[in-house]
Amino acid sequence: MFVSYKWLQDYIDLTGVTATELAEKITKSGIEVEGVEILNDGIKGVVVGHVLEREQHPNADKLSKCLVDVGEEQPVQIICGAPNVAKGQKVAVATVGAVLPGNFKIKRAKLRGEESNGMICSLTELGMEGKVVPKEYSEGIFVFPAEAEVGVDALALLNRDDEVLELSLTPNRADCLSMLGVAYEVAAILGREVKLPETDLQSSTEKAADYVKIVVDAKEDNPLYVAKIIKNVEIAPSPLWMQTRLMSAGIRPHNNVVDITNYILLEYGQPLHAFDYDRLGSKEILVRRANDGEKFVTLDDTERTLTSEHLVITNGTVPVALAGVMGGANSEVTPDTTTVLLESAYFIGGTVRKASKDHGLRSEASARFEKGVDPNRVRVAGERAAYLMAKYANGEVLEGAAEADTLSVEPAVVSITLEKINRVLGTDLGMKDVKEIFDRLQFTVIVEQGTITVTAPTRRGDIKIEEDLLEEVARLYGYDNIPKTLPIGSSTPGRLSEYQKKRRFVRQYLEGVGLYQAVTYSLTSEEKATQFALEKRETIRLAMPMSEERSILRLSIMPQLLEVLKYNSARQNDSLGVYETGAVFLANGEDLLPVEKEHLAGAITGLWHSHSWQGEKKAVDFFVVKGILEGMFAKLGLAEGVQYVQAKVEGMHPGRTAEIILNGEKIGFVGQVHPSVQKELDLKDTYVFELSLKAVLEADAPVLQYEAIPRFPSITRDIALVVNKETVSGTLKEIILSSGAPLLKEVQVFDLYEGDRMEEGKKSIAFSLKYVDPERTLTDEEVTKVHDRVLEALKEQAGAVLRG
Amino acid sequence: MQERLKELQEEAIQKIEQSASLKELNDIRVAYLGKKGPITEVLRGMGKLSAEERPVMGALVNEVREAIAVKIEAKQKALEEAAVLEKLASESIDVTLPGSPVKVGNHHPLTRIIEEIEDLFIGMGYQVAEGPEVEQDYYNFEALNLPKGHPARDMQDSFYITEEILLRTHTSPVQARTMEKHQGKGPIKIICPGKVYRRDNDDATHSHQFMQIEGLVVGENIRMSDLKGTLEVFAKKMFGDDREIRLRPSFFPFTEPSVEMDISCKICGGHGCSVCKKTGWIEILGAGMVHPNVLEMAGYDSKKYTGFAFGMGPERIAMLKYGVDDIRHFYTNDVRFLKQFSKHE
Ligand SMILES: [Zn+2]
Repeated sequence: MFVSYKWLQDYIDLTGVTATELAEKITKSGIEVEGVEILNDGIKGVVVGHVLEREQHPNADKLSKCLVDVGEEQPVQIICGAPNVAKGQKVAVATVGAVLPGNFKIKRAKLRGEESNGMICSLTELGMEGKVVPKEYSEGIFVFPAEAEVGVDALALLNRDDEVLELSLTPNRADCLSMLGVAYEVAAILGREVKLPETDLQSSTEKAADYVKIVVDAKEDNPLYVAKIIKNVEIAPSPLWMQTRLMSAGIRPHNNVVDITNYILLEYGQPLHAFDYDRLGSKEILVRRANDGEKFVTLDDTERTLTSEHLVITNGTVPVALAGVMGGANSEVTPDTTTVLLESAYFIGGTVRKASKDHGLRSEASARFEKGVDPNRVRVAGERAAYLMAKYANGEVLEGAAEADTLSVEPAVVSITLEKINRVLGTDLGMKDVKEIFDRLQFTVIVEQGTITVTAPTRRGDIKIEEDLLEEVARLYGYDNIPKTLPIGSSTPGRLSEYQKKRRFVRQYLEGVGLYQAVTYSLTSEEKATQFALEKRETIRLAMPMSEERSILRLSIMPQLLEVLKYNSARQNDSLGVYETGAVFLANGEDLLPVEKEHLAGAITGLWHSHSWQGEKKAVDFFVVKGILEGMFAKLGLAEGVQYVQAKVEGMHPGRTAEIILNGEKIGFVGQVHPSVQKELDLKDTYVFELSLKAVLEADAPVLQYEAIPRFPSITRDIALVVNKETVSGTLKEIILSSGAPLLKEVQVFDLYEGDRMEEGKKSIAFSLKYVDPERTLTDEEVTKVHDRVLEALKEQAGAVLRG
Repeated sequence: MQERLKELQEEAIQKIEQSASLKELNDIRVAYLGKKGPITEVLRGMGKLSAEERPVMGALVNEVREAIAVKIEAKQKALEEAAVLEKLASESIDVTLPGSPVKVGNHHPLTRIIEEIEDLFIGMGYQVAEGPEVEQDYYNFEALNLPKGHPARDMQDSFYITEEILLRTHTSPVQARTMEKHQGKGPIKIICPGKVYRRDNDDATHSHQFMQIEGLVVGENIRMSDLKGTLEVFAKKMFGDDREIRLRPSFFPFTEPSVEMDISCKICGGHGCSVCKKTGWIEILGAGMVHPNVLEMAGYDSKKYTGFAFGMGPERIAMLKYGVDDIRHFYTNDVRFLKQFSKHE
């Protein structure tokens, strides 16, 4: 809402309060003022001039040579490019030395050989927005009414010596979508009186009710419809002061009748519509729901197809307006209109919203209906408009109005105790303070003992419950005056849950080993949503996505991380490790919430280690990433329960991928991205993992318990085994551990050979076995006995023989 | 013989002093003290001496041998020390060359902000509550005093999946769920961080996915002044002790009264600049007293219980705190951006 500082003074005395001070006060007490625009900022030296002569420029088709009286001793010659400049006009002239917006200085100049002493201005050249300039002047200079006095400040005449406050209104304060509403608000802030506009007039002896009958079929959508009739109007431009006020508020002037309806919309917040009575073609207004498929041409000359959810004003048969949204071309006011039917009605917000949304027609009027208008202003707004039409369109206002009224207007009555006010706000107010606040708001109050009962005026439809009164008190008492305290009473322990603590640890650990944390989008494309998914499920699609690229909820994090690597790789960062923790979404059936599982994914590409001047370089490989995971599981006390099993995962290298099993359950995978995928993304060798973080963080880990340090020496035996190529070290290790128990404490791979010196299809793996007895020193014989058992088991279960 | 011994001693000492290497020194040792050396030879000649002279001469021989041995020992130590010094000198390196890089990543800036806020409120007795990102319309809107048809819940602004299920538009449903779980009993003190989603086109100041962190306190005597005090503690710890706060009345369907909090602009010190749009203040968060409808819907007696809630955007806070100029940076994950947030603070 744009509020003119000058206009506001019609309703309230602002003596001693500048526009900027007012803005500050309004902001502090509840409505944010986003800015204060000084309309004539940076403009000077523009006066009203009288075009005495106009002739064609001798050397240019599109220029005129004008002799203009600017109130000085001698008229001046000005070259003008506007197509509409004509002899006899009163125009805005930027004289030599004037400054226009953008610090544009007017100098004496020669245009195509002819002297020019100034510039005749259009409204946009004076800093006004093109969309509010009256259509007839949109392509050229503005022309003042003939009575404008030559030599006076043109900007003052255009009401540009004004400041406009831009109010950012929250939905509960629709009352301030009107100058009067703002006046009441300012009155409450300043403690001053509101002056109401003039509405009294001499009406004719004819009765409006004799001209038209109002029938409302859809009473729930339209509980009150008031029509006034104004005869013998003369359509003409509205007075300059009205046009300029509309323009400052962002509305383009049309003619006196239409401008008056818009002026009332701004003044009272009540949208009005003016029909050409004669073009209605009946003596009836019937308000009803439209028929499905009914066609109607709105006054923007667009044919609309209506449904039974839309409310229409009809002449008894065909629609003449889409209620609260836009009038029809068939009944629009034209220059020939003589009798106006003025509609002032109360339409229900939801109905108007549906129509304005369906037809993409959001207007100043629809916005006000949607947020709710004051039921008590419907009639008075009509009276005021009729008054202005009598005054500025020479109309004859018929007596009374034709009406259909089923609206019950019950002002809200709300009580609150002083004790509650002070208890909730933390203040120490007295009843006198509170009463004074409601008095300033012009709410009716009754004080009984400790309780205050308030009757809120209907313009403040947002006042319904105790808390609304609390808010009024708080904001007008001032938040600056409310003390600062901290909650007292039973204390609560502040802490993270075990899960949250462990998650923080995992993040820190991964960053400690060199990965950067990424945060990517949960929404992705159909194609990417299921790539690398640990569990195959139906995808979850948005009902109305903004793009295909962000239409599906992800089932895995990996595709996004690969995108991150691709993005960085393309920007000369082709060696990088990233990780992300975040939810993936598993569909659960039509009307159920999906299962959200927190995943952990990591991706490393390019060189893992490089020490430039020492020439050390190591590309990431499977065992780098596996090592990172092993470290993490060890830190979480889960190492014992984790297994890596060779596996095939779509999109992954078939020979370099393992599933991760935790306590017998598959929780994720680790491995190299398939070379064809790497190539597609233009990545170097890339190793990744993705697993269910939830499964990891919720797994039971053994409680930390001290284990005695062995007091007796261990005996180590190294063995080199020849096995089939397919035999994996993990299998051998398990055989060794189980057959060597309990003396065998540790087993480690220390060599792997698959070279030419091996028999076809064979490889050699060497293990180091460590035997310890915590109670005594082992003898060689004892170890040999167990060691032989291990070798036997290896031979039997894996066909492993000692390398000769 | 005595003279011969003295001569030998002087000769040997001179040679020892002149020797330049351990090998040379060893040769001297063998030459003078060895079995075939001249001193041994002198000993052999002792047979010709009288019984009285023999012990005197024997003692003298030992004295000479001892003197030479001590000298060799000292020289050897000196040579060894010199050798070590020489070796160390040859091992000298350029200490200005860069060290071996230690790989360390770091938190995403949004995690950094969120953890900072979490820790700050944990210190004030809050717990961290989390909830689903895909929500029921009920928890996202209805339970928060946003019934169906309410203008503030325009379908256009939310990502719906079905009519009843949508991507949460704020983390407030976590508050609704937590209150419901407490079954009408207090106190509650929680902070709820998480991802939220709105139908916005991604540009420098909008993102269809962003973070939010909200706080909720419900109890029997929670006052507006407590909210003001809590927010001031937060603002000063987060942005610096020299910052002022200001509450402005505002409107949210789930709180009443509702306020917005501004902090004084650091850049201009409150005098007005382009960052604060010439107001001297920067908007940080929205807050208010929990609306009685919200309390009642969650099973609380709004006559007995009151509460306050506040909510803010980690992106906005990170942008203000670190001077980030485009919200899209947070989701592009350019490592040149990410690694700027490694400093421990
Ligand atoms: Zn500033």
